[in-house]
Amino acid sequence: MAYQIVRTGESRSFPAAHAFLEKADASAAACVYLGAQAGKQYMREQADRRLAPFVAIELENECLGAWVGEPANATAPSNVFGFARFRLGMAEPTQLIELVVQANPDEAALAAARKAFEDAGLVVAVCGDFPGRIVDRLVRPFYNAALRRLDERLATASDMDMTLRMGLGYPEGPIALLERTGLEHHYTVTQALYEALGDGAYAPARRAANAFARARLVND
Amino acid sequence: MTAIKTVGVAGSGTMGSGIAIVAARAGFVTRVYDTREDALQRARAQTEAFLKKSAERGKIAADAVPEIMGRWHGTTQLEDLADCDIVIEAVFEDLKVKHDLFGKLNEVCGAQTLFASNTSTIAITEIAGGSGRPDRFVGMHFCLPAQLMKLIEMSPGMQTTEATFAAAWAFALALGQKPVKTQDTPGFILNYFLIPFNNDAIRLVEQGVASPADIDKAIKTALGYPMGPLELLDLIGMDTQRLLCEAMHDLTHEPRATCPPLVRRMIAAGKLGKKSGEGFHVYGDNKMYGA
Repeated sequence: MAYQIVRTGESRSFPAAHAFLEKADASAAACVYLGAQAGKQYMREQADRRLAPFVAIELENECLGAWVGEPANATAPSNVFGFARFRLGMAEPTQLIELVVQANPDEAALAAARKAFEDAGLVVAVCGDFPGRIVDRLVRPFYNAALRRLDERLATASDMDMTLRMGLGYPEGPIALLERTGLEHHYTVTQALYEALGDGAYAPARRAANAFARARLVND
Repeated sequence: MTAIKTVGVAGSGTMGSGIAIVAARAGFVTRVYDTREDALQRARAQTEAFLKKSAERGKIAADAVPEIMGRWHGTTQLEDLADCDIVIEAVFEDLKVKHDLFGKLNEVCGAQTLFASNTSTIAITEIAGGSGRPDRFVGMHFCLPAQLMKLIEMSPGMQTTEATFAAAWAFALALGQKPVKTQDTPGFILNYFLIPFNNDAIRLVEQGVASPADIDKAIKTALGYPMGPLELLDLIGMDTQRLLCEAMHDLTHEPRATCPPLVRRMIAAGKLGKKSGEGFHVYGDNKMYGA
């Protein structure tokens, strides 16, 4: 499936060379918007994309509905999807593409978008248009709980990490993982989810809030 | 305290069967108690199949299979656990059921027998309080699947003596396991995190965020976990998850520990997980996990 890429700034999903970028074809009708302004750029060009085989808009913490709207009674199948390549903070992006669909996706367009990512060696998981998609929605409360239990001295950080690695086969414990990838990034994601969902489980843990404040002071 | 030679396992479900494999494989005479003969027969058949597969994969010698099975003895008579040096309980997460069991075991077993609970949520001190021997009682929480996972969360209750804990710790090492000492708090370390995490995954399915297959795929790909949360729940079983939730929520009042309604509906529909052939995924057999 041929697609063109519209770049709108630095992309968290594709910060470096990747087969997905190399396979792009500037003359293709399908369109992938990358970068921090991806949604805004699509809004300016949406009239030209109505008949595209598919459109994929890179998302950060926002929902696809912020860019394409979400009328409750929409009947026409949509060829527009959101996506994000999952990465934790400063870590390299993983192979996972979370492909975001709204209520009534055009199945042919969805299959084409999926194929475009899979042909570049990426793994696609389809999800609805909800804050945090799949992975952030699931792991952030867990990471918050781990940070809080560390404060409460349930066990040492290394014992907690070891128990979760050995007991559940996780490749890395949550405390070591968050420290490696940047606690301040955990704060940014959880704060966005807390505002979107209003669920206390997402309220940033104390250690993450401190890390964010410290990072901001350093950057100032 | 006398060295542990004979091990009793009360309960032949997923956890009890796994613990019995660990004990028999490590050279201990292992007596597996269950109230139902059919459950014991199934556990024995699954154990033998698991060990044969382990031999095929070169993890144990082929002639070790009959030797290990020779140490595995099933029984429906609690009195057959009388000569055990330690009895590990692996029954439902229900305090009354556990108290009833340990009360009877206290009548049957000698004073030297240590009692251990594989509970994953209930306080060791509470279970020990109804055992008749709270000083010789310890928490030994094996991880699922017990026959493959090395970790044991070891928790002393408030009345556990140092000698009891030391003997149980030495036994865990003799099993070839890796013991970790945890506080006697609800869920210890693993389930404190795992039960709410799994419930959150169920709620994503309930809310239509993604399909079970997509959720499992996303978590495995993004985080490198060996199993997705819904695959793991199928292994745990919906009936067990409900009991875990009820025990955990009763102790902590943590909202994320509340049993999701979908779990109750799946139980009603007979979709218990791998053991019933269908849970969040569909299965073609009920063989034990791994080898």
